[in-house]
Amino acid sequence: MLRDITIGQYFPGNSVIHRLDPRFKIIITIIYIVMLFTGDNFLCLAVGAVFTFGAILLSRIPLKMFFKSVKPLFIFLIITSLINLLFMSRGDVLFEWKFIKITDEGLTTSAFMVIRIVLLIMGTSLLTYTTSPITLTDAIERLLSPLRKIKFPVHELAMMMSIALRFIPTLIEETDKIMSAQKARGAEIDTGSFAVRAKNLVSILVPLFISAFRRADELATAMECRCYHGGEGRTRLRQLRSAPRDYIALAVTVLFLAAVIVLGKLF
Amino acid sequence: MENIIEIKGLHFSYESDDAEKKPVEVLKGIDLDIKQGEFVAVLGHNGCGKSTLAKHLNAILLPTEGTVIVDGIDTKDNEKLFDLRQRAGMVFQNPDNQIVSSVVEEDVAFALENLGVPYEEMRRRVDDSLKAVGMYDYRLHSPSQLSGGQKQRVAIAGIIAMEPKCIILDEPTAMLDPQGRKEVLATIHRMNREKGITIVLITHYMDEAADCDRVVVMDKGMVVLDNVPAKVFSQVDKLKAIGLDVPQVTELAWELLKAGCDISPEIISEEECAAAIEKLFNS
Repeated sequence: MLRDITIGQYFPGNSVIHRLDPRFKIIITIIYIVMLFTGDNFLCLAVGAVFTFGAILLSRIPLKMFFKSVKPLFIFLIITSLINLLFMSRGDVLFEWKFIKITDEGLTTSAFMVIRIVLLIMGTSLLTYTTSPITLTDAIERLLSPLRKIKFPVHELAMMMSIALRFIPTLIEETDKIMSAQKARGAEIDTGSFAVRAKNLVSILVPLFISAFRRADELATAMECRCYHGGEGRTRLRQLRSAPRDYIALAVTVLFLAAVIVLGKLF
Repeated sequence: MENIIEIKGLHFSYESDDAEKKPVEVLKGIDLDIKQGEFVAVLGHNGCGKSTLAKHLNAILLPTEGTVIVDGIDTKDNEKLFDLRQRAGMVFQNPDNQIVSSVVEEDVAFALENLGVPYEEMRRRVDDSLKAVGMYDYRLHSPSQLSGGQKQRVAIAGIIAMEPKCIILDEPTAMLDPQGRKEVLATIHRMNREKGITIVLITHYMDEAADCDRVVVMDKGMVVLDNVPAKVFSQVDKLKAIGLDVPQVTELAWELLKAGCDISPEIISEEECAAAIEKLFNS
């Protein structure tokens, strides 16, 4: 049952978006976030929406998946819109009952915020949907590599992330095994009150941690045997090469950002 | 043939954290030479020091006393450490705990990346090693999708990519199912035969040792027997005394010999045994 968990929610594919250089994708995503937050009217948001849905269409991932990505944040969205709705006192009052006062400005602000957040989630999901976690880690390592000059452990961080990703399925399998073993000994993991289940979780976590430490020890020895000595002088099998399409995608994104800035100033 | 591994008077003790406790002596004076291209099995039951010995062959552990020289490099020579580890690769028991990357081909490339091998050369060596162990079709898979035997073959490919002269395998089949064991052993034998790579196979399976050129039996930190498999296994009494079993056919021949039949105790394969018993009936 734990095996079904997917990490990073990557949808393999071969669309233009999938094939973009991951380094560019990260930069584009950052520009995209800036774009959504600079625009402060609905026209800017419309431009952002065109960009988002255009990219989604190009990725050939069903739109349904993007709505799913918003779902876990549904409560957060409701709270955001309620706060904006209830506490915005500027503008004409549309509705008043006891202490509740809803103004037209409150209504537009809350709609604006909700749309902005939904676009933000959908757009950033596109990055994780079209880029495998390991490629993403790789791209982050390379983007951050200038920080090495100020002694920031970029390579070590990326290595830790990629090993974590590598061992997630292994540890999930192990958790499954330990759970079965503890159930066979009569531990109540799926049943019983919350307190009982929480207490029984310890009987899973302790063996899991012990085994993880042992694995770490063995892996470190195996890495040493294969001449691992940090990031210095390393070459890579996975080559990242930027193609013309990466620069085009970046240019298009910058154009959209410019449009949003101009529209924000004009209206 | 030249010696690739020369071990002289090797002693090793684990230092205890507790200063009052005496250090535990695991290896008590080992002398062992292994020739280039040999296929050597190291046998012994748990705690006899065979894994500790293996870890000395590529400087994961350093001798407390004595010397270990691999392909002309003293393992104590820190400057040639990577040189040494490249020449003597090591495969461990648990296939899961030695695979570093989430993609098979990247894991095979791991050692080459560490050594700074240029891209074109790396690509070629990764592809060649994957083909050599028969895992080329799986190069883009995630290790979690593979069986134990396949994972172990990927681990072997990762070592072969370094183009080592010698591979040390520390109970590589202990965690595998019979099918996986067969795959891995066939791969090791092929590497030995086709590439001339020296193999040191640490194991406690007698049948695995029976297929080797030479068997070294260890007990309590010392080498007690060192000979061709047939000669080693024919010493059934001695092996039993240190808690090891002999292959079933050898034991059968030995029992027959004890019962007064005229049969050689140096039998290690079923075919040999069948032929010998047939001869016994006919005479």
